Order: sequence, then structure tokens, then C-alpha cells
Amino acid sequence: MSNLSHQLPAPFEHAPLALVPRAIPWGAAALLIVAFAGVPWLAGDYWLNAILIPFLVLSLAGLGLNLLTGYAGQTSVGSAGFMAVGAFATYAFLLRVPVLPLPVALLAGGAVAAAVGFVFGIPSNRIKGFYLMATTLAAQFFLEWVFTKFPWFYNHASSGTIAAPRLALFGHDISGPVGRYLLTLSVVTLLTWVARNLVGSRLGRNWMAIRDMDTAAAVIGIDVDHHKRLAFAVSSFYLGIAGALWAFAYLGTASASSFDINRSFQILFIIIIGGMGSVAGNFIGAAFISLLPIFLSQAGQALLGGNVDPGQIQNLQKIIFGALIITFLVKEPEGLVRLLAGLRERLAVWPLRF
Amino acid sequence: MSVPMPSGQILDVRDISLSFKGVKAISGLSFSVQRGEICALIGPNGAGKSSLLNVLNGVYRPDAGEVIFEDIHYRRITPLEAARRGIGRTFQNNALFKRMSVIDNILSGLSRHARAGFFAQALGLPPARREAREHRELAERTLAFLELQAHRDTPVGNLAYGLQKRVELGRALIAGPSLLLLDEPMAGMNADEKREMSRFVTEVNRGLGTTVVLIEHDIGVVMSLSSHVVVLDYGRKVGDGTPAEVRANPEVIAAYLGTVQ
Repeated sequence: MSNLSHQLPAPFEHAPLALVPRAIPWGAAALLIVAFAGVPWLAGDYWLNAILIPFLVLSLAGLGLNLLTGYAGQTSVGSAGFMAVGAFATYAFLLRVPVLPLPVALLAGGAVAAAVGFVFGIPSNRIKGFYLMATTLAAQFFLEWVFTKFPWFYNHASSGTIAAPRLALFGHDISGPVGRYLLTLSVVTLLTWVARNLVGSRLGRNWMAIRDMDTAAAVIGIDVDHHKRLAFAVSSFYLGIAGALWAFAYLGTASASSFDINRSFQILFIIIIGGMGSVAGNFIGAAFISLLPIFLSQAGQALLGGNVDPGQIQNLQKIIFGALIITFLVKEPEGLVRLLAGLRERLAVWPLRF
Repeated sequence: MSVPMPSGQILDVRDISLSFKGVKAISGLSFSVQRGEICALIGPNGAGKSSLLNVLNGVYRPDAGEVIFEDIHYRRITPLEAARRGIGRTFQNNALFKRMSVIDNILSGLSRHARAGFFAQALGLPPARREAREHRELAERTLAFLELQAHRDTPVGNLAYGLQKRVELGRALIAGPSLLLLDEPMAGMNADEKREMSRFVTEVNRGLGTTVVLIEHDIGVVMSLSSHVVVLDYGRKVGDGTPAEVRANPEVIAAYLGTVQ
């Protein structure tokens, strides 16, 4: 405390200051062991390709948007645009600088997305709320247009699509389902750890302060404009890497239309349903968004398969999906993660009520 | 650490005028505050007291005049710059971060003292951890001083109003301001709470040597707490002096009670 030139008068002897090393998060450790060691053996290609990889990538994208919206309080509907930047930039690095190893190309792609996000974050100095959302909408359409209009970005391919040249790490080919799953899982784990550090540090606190009341944040000495732009940059970095993984680890080939406004809304729904201002909420929201339609379609087939027109079943699924989202949000506006926390609190004192 | 000797002026307000779309809020106001004193601003509602605090820390920009704080002269300053120069501030209707816990609210006051860089925080490197620990210790001291330990992890929005006022004081205090602007720190409190808050303000003033400028309506509190009283009415200064002098000033009585012409 030597750098702070004041002292508070109260004695500091009995503060119950338990700055003990944080307990080892056994639950998270077990989950990671299962995800890294168990899942690749147990899950078939279908599970890896069609369920787990997109789930992980969407969680990462949700995390990126949540840093911006849930923590820093700046709403964005341009997430997919920034994902596209990451995907196309990573592609450019892999294609034009073949010596770059995959992780470096991913990082570089994320950095380009961060720079673009920073630029689109500059208006946040002057405009707020719905108006700022309109500028992110503009970013979405602008970026989509850029990646359609200029053939350089997709290497003049007649189809307008990009495909990963070759997914390899330290000479090992990782283009199989297990390889792509492990790549995605590693990136998501690493970036989730970084996000937890960020939101638990001063930076995260400053973001939340700006979210809760930006005038007061400025009065106590937080540089509001700088922190908003930083939130845009960090968020876009996450989204950019998620975009690259979406294109190369999940889809295989992608085009600008893989990152349209619907994807942006999907990511926004993930954080609204999962829980704003929560790291775990993104995973819960992504699971809900990506697994529920699959579950509904399986259930629909099993229950009504032979008797009802398949088109009708699909419509029915959409209705149920929408109704469930509304129900959950009415029940708990702060998202599923809050709902689960409440459940746990209630279970802890069961059978008593409180 | 020693408390700097109170000597000379810390704040000099010169001919400040402020208007909102032609409506005068403050006109030609001048007064000065000595280092280490508790100066109370009193006056009826709408007299321009809160506006004046907002001018001092840059939330409002005056039309004319000059403020001298420590050794800087300014008419317009940004709130951020005012905070960096050592002006702490609380608001009349608490301006806390409602969804954050008490400890996080207090910690946020230290933000401008932090040095750890982005990557140190992102990767949890030792410099960031060390700084976080130091700040946490300072925040715990502040909690202990303000007797807020029991509420450490409560979201501020769930606290009683009087406690919120204390959290806001803590958030301003932890940054070690040399001038503390308190906008009605005791509004809406009962007698016990007012006594406690008065004690905290006095301890801050005596223990840390912090100069305090506060707005208060409870004349009893003002008379016992402050050593200097400035009275405003319709944006003009109508009284300035020790509590006893101000109480005897006929203009002040007129401002508060009205006069029969």
C-alpha cells in the first residue's frame, strides 16, 4: 500500500480477511477431465461434429458478446459481423502466410477482429442504448457486404466461400472430428479462463461500474470511453476466434452468409437466456439454443413421426421453442444461470422454505 | 504517514455563474475553503448547492468564473480529471453500482490508483495479483472503518438507504481524496444514523486531514459538524462565516423563514 498516500484511522487487526488461496474448483476440474479425456472416446462422430463442436463455439461467441453486453452494458447486434472478420482474417493468414502455425493464425485473426471491433466501438463515446445498437447493426451489414463484395477475401473463389487450407498442429493432422473437437475445446477452455480473470479483476469491475451507472463511474475516476472501446475490442477478439472456429472447425467451408444477422441474434439469445453478466451462463444458454431444437426434433419424430406432415412438425418445434424461451424469461429474467443458482440455494435448505 | 498540516486555502471559487437554458442557477458566487476544514453549504431547495458541487468536479460547466483547487485554475474540468486531481464526491440520490457487491463498489473507487496492465489482469500474472491483494486489504480497512463488514458481499441495491450512503462515502474515501464533496450525506436518515454519519465525517476530517465540503439541511448537524458555513439563496451567497455568525445573520434568517417587508 506504499503507493497510496493515505491511511484510514481504523485499526486493522481483526478484519476477517480470508485471502486464502482459492479452493481448487473440483467440479470444473472433473468436467475438464471428462471433456478432454472421456468425451473423445465415448462420443461418436455425429455427437462431436453436429452437437459438441457447435455448442462449444457458440458458447465462446456468447462469452464474447457477454463481456460487451452483460459486463460492460453495451448492447450489440453485430456479433456475427465480428465473427466473420475473425474467420476471413484467419483464412487470409493461413493462406497467404503458410508458415504461421494454426494457433498463431487464430490469434492473429482474433487480433484483426479486435481492431475492427475497436473501430466500431468508437461511437460508444457519444451514443448509448438503442442508438448504439443501430451502429452495431450497421457494422453487421457493412462487414457482411465487405466479405461478399471483395473477392480478395475469399481468394477469388467462384463459390464465394472459404475453406481451411489444412488443420494441423505441430505436424499432426487435426482435421478429423476428434482433432477439431480437441482444438475447439482447448481454445474455449483457455479463453474462458482468461475471461474469468478479466471479469474478476479491476477491468471487469470497471466494466460493471459503467454498465450500472456511467456518470458515477467517471466521477470516481474510471475512464469510461476507454473502457467501452476496450470492451468492444476484447469482445470482438473472442467473437473473431469463435468465427474462425465456426468456419474451420465446425462448418469446414464458410461464406459471408454463414455470419448473417440471424447468427447475431442467436448469440444475443444465448446470453439473454443463459444469463447476462455471467461466464457459466453462456454455456448454459448455448446448450439450450443448440440442444433443444435437436431434442425437439427427435421427440417430434418419435412421437408423431408417421402420422403428421414433417413440415407441420417443424413448425410445431419452432412454436414450442419460442414458448419455452418466453416461459423461462418470465420465470427468471436474469437467465437460466440465475434459475439454477436459485434452485441450488433452495436445495441447500430443503425441506425448509425461505 | 503523517497528516499534512492544515494551512492556507485548498479551494477558491471565484465569480462562478451557471445557467440552464437561460435560467440562472448560480450567479457570481465566490467563497473559499481552508485546508482541513469542514465547510457546510446550506440554503433552501433550488438554491444551487448541488449545482455548485457539480461545477467543482466537472459534471456541469459554468458560464463564467474560475475555480482554483490546490494549484490548478479551471473553469471547465472533466469529472475524470477532477477525480485524478483528488476530488472525491458522493451524490444526493446515491449513485452506486447497484448490481455490484458492497466490496466491489468500494474497490471501484481505487480504480484510478491501479497500475496493473491489461495482459497482467487477463492472465492473472503476479503484478496484477499483488495489486488486487493490496487493494483488497485497503477495501477491507474501509469496510471496517465504516462498519460495513457484515454487508461485504450484498448487492448494494439490496441495502437500506442509510447503508448505501455509507458505501458511497467509502467508495469516495478509499481513493484518498484531498477534497471530499458530500451531497446531503444524511438525507433521509433517522437521528441515530445521522449521528453515526457525523462521526464518520468527523473522523475522516480529523484522522486523514481531508477537507470536506458538504450540503446539509439539518441545521443542528451543520452547527455541530462544520467550522465554516456558506449560505446560498437563489444562486447567490447570502452568508459566509462560522456557524455562530451565520446563525445571527438576518439575511440567512430571511432566506430560510422569509421576511415581512
